[in-house]
Amino acid sequence: MSAVLDRPATAAPGTDPDAGRRRIAIKPGAWITWGVLGFFFLNLLGVIVTVLLNSFGSSWFRSWLPGGWTGHWYSDAWSEFSLGQVLWTTVEVTFLVVLISLVLAVPASYALARRDFPGKKLVMGLFVLPILVPPIAYGIPLATVLYKFHLAGSVTGVVLANLVPSIPFVVFTMTPFIEQIDPKIEAAARMCGARTWTVLSRILAPLLLPGMLAAGILVLVRTFGMFELTFLTSGPTSQTLIVTLFSAVNSAGIRSTQSIDAMAVIYTGTMAVLLLIALRFVNPTQLVARSTD
Amino acid sequence: MTVVLPQSPSRPALRHRLAERGVDRTLLLVLPGALAVIALFCYPFLYGLQLSFQPASGGVLGAYHAFFSEPFARKSIWQTFSLAIPASLINVGVSVPISYRMRRDFRGKRLLLALLVVPITLGTVLTAEGILEFYGPAGWFNHTLNLLGLASSPVQLTMNYTGVLLSLIISGFPFAYLLTHSYLSGIHPSLEKAASTLGADWWQRFRHITFPLLLPGLMTTFCLSFVMAFAVFPSAMMVGDPDGKTHVISIEAYEAALEHFDYAQGCADAMIMTVLMLVVIVAVTTLRSRLYSGSTGGKG
Repeated sequence: MSAVLDRPATAAPGTDPDAGRRRIAIKPGAWITWGVLGFFFLNLLGVIVTVLLNSFGSSWFRSWLPGGWTGHWYSDAWSEFSLGQVLWTTVEVTFLVVLISLVLAVPASYALARRDFPGKKLVMGLFVLPILVPPIAYGIPLATVLYKFHLAGSVTGVVLANLVPSIPFVVFTMTPFIEQIDPKIEAAARMCGARTWTVLSRILAPLLLPGMLAAGILVLVRTFGMFELTFLTSGPTSQTLIVTLFSAVNSAGIRSTQSIDAMAVIYTGTMAVLLLIALRFVNPTQLVARSTD
Repeated sequence: MTVVLPQSPSRPALRHRLAERGVDRTLLLVLPGALAVIALFCYPFLYGLQLSFQPASGGVLGAYHAFFSEPFARKSIWQTFSLAIPASLINVGVSVPISYRMRRDFRGKRLLLALLVVPITLGTVLTAEGILEFYGPAGWFNHTLNLLGLASSPVQLTMNYTGVLLSLIISGFPFAYLLTHSYLSGIHPSLEKAASTLGADWWQRFRHITFPLLLPGLMTTFCLSFVMAFAVFPSAMMVGDPDGKTHVISIEAYEAALEHFDYAQGCADAMIMTVLMLVVIVAVTTLRSRLYSGSTGGKG
C-alpha cells in the first residue's frame, strides 16, 4: 500500500513522463471505460454514504441531506438489538471458525501439496464441492441435520456450519503456498538429525506462518460476512451481526431505519477495519478466488 | 550361516511400493479435513437427498411432484434464471473491455483493485440496505434524475426486479472484474506484440489473439458469477418483491424448510436447485473443454 501512496508524490502531475497514461486520455474507448467504472463507483459511494448519513440524521425526508444531526441512533441500536451480545457472538464464532479450519485444513493442504497419490483428484473434488455449491443449497439439508442432533440454534451449530466453506477455502489458499516451499529444506533438516517434531516446529511452522496468517484473515473476513449459513443455523442467542441486521430489516415491527442504519454502519466499519488488515497481507484478487480452476 | 530373506529381493515390501506411488503416513494428514467435509457436507447432503424422497404425503416423489405441480413454485425456476443469467452476462461482459483497457500497469491500479474488493466484503445485506435508500423514491439517485430533467416522477427501482438486479451487479461486478483481470494478466503481452508486428489492428488482436486465450477463463468466471447470482437470497428478500416477481428458488426452499417446517419439501427444493445449477456448470464446462487450453505464456 505504501508504494501506491508514495509514487504520486514523486512525480509531479503536470510533468508526467508516462506516455501510456497520456494516451489513455485521448482514446474515446478509454473515456467509456473510465466512465463506466466511475459511474459504478459513484453508485457504490452513494449506497454507502446514504446509509452513513441516515444513521447520523435526526430525520430525512425528501431533501438532499438530513434535517439535523444526532448520534443517539447508535445508543438506540446498541440497546434495542443488544449489540454487545451480538458482537461478542460474532467474535466468538469467527475466531473459532478460523482456528478450527486452520487446524483441520493446514495438515491436509500439506499432504496435498507434497504427495501425488492415487485418488488425489477425488480428494480435491471433495474439497471443491462445498465451494461450488451455493451455501443456501447445502445449508438447508445441513440445518435439517443440525436440528436433528439439537445442535442448531447454538454457537456450536453456527461454527460447524461455517466450517463447511472455510476448510476448503484454507486448503485452496494453503496448497499453492506450501508447494512453493522447497521440500529440500525439510530433507536437509532431517539429514542434520532433526526429528519430526523439530522439523514441524523449527522449520515448517515459521515458513508456513505467513500463509496461515493470510488464510486465517481471509476466513475471518468471509465468516464475518457469511449470511446464509449463519442465518439458517442460528438461534436467538447465536446470531452474528449480519443476521441481526437482516432480521431487523426484514421482520415486521416499529423500528426506525436510522437505528438499523447505525447497526449497518457498525457492521461496515468493522468490516473495513478487517479489510484494511487483510489487504496488508493478501492480494485483492485472492479475496475472490474461490477455486483453483 | 544362512541369511533368510523375509521376501524375495525382486519384490520390495508393500510399504515401499506404496511409498513409491505416494502413499505413506503423510497422507493421514488429509484425514481430519476430509472427514470434517464428509461429516458436515456430504452426509447432510445425502441425508437431505433421502429425506426429500420421504415427504409427509404423495409417495416417494411427492415433494418433487408438489414443487412442479404448483405454478407459484414452478415459476421460481424461471424467475431465478431470468435474474441470474442477465446479471452474470452483464458482469462478465462489462468486465472484459474494462480489464482489457486496464491490463497495463498504471498509477493507483492497486488502489483501484482494493476499492473493487469493498462491495464484495460489504455483503449482500448491507448492499441491499443501501440500495433501498439510495435508489428509493426519495433517494439521491432519483433526486439526481429529477435535477437533470431525465424523470419527472420518481422511477421505481426498488422492491422489484430492478432492485435485485442492481444488487447482483453491485456485489457481482467486482468479483467478475477481479477474476477476469487475473486471467487477462496471465496472457503474455508478447503474443499481442507479435500480432501487432504482423500488422493486426487492435480489433484483430483482440478478436484473434487475446479473446480466444481469455475465453476459458471467462467461462469459469461466468460459472462462478452464475453460482453467486443463482443463490441470491437476502437481496431478493430485501430489495425485491419476494412474493411476486423475485420469488426465486432459494426463497421457495427457505420458506418450505424453515417457515413451514416441511424439511422434506425444503430438501427437495434444495436438490432441485443444486441439479439446475450443476446442469448449467456442466454445460459451460463442456463447452470450455472444447476450447484451447494450453499455455498462455504468462505468469498465471
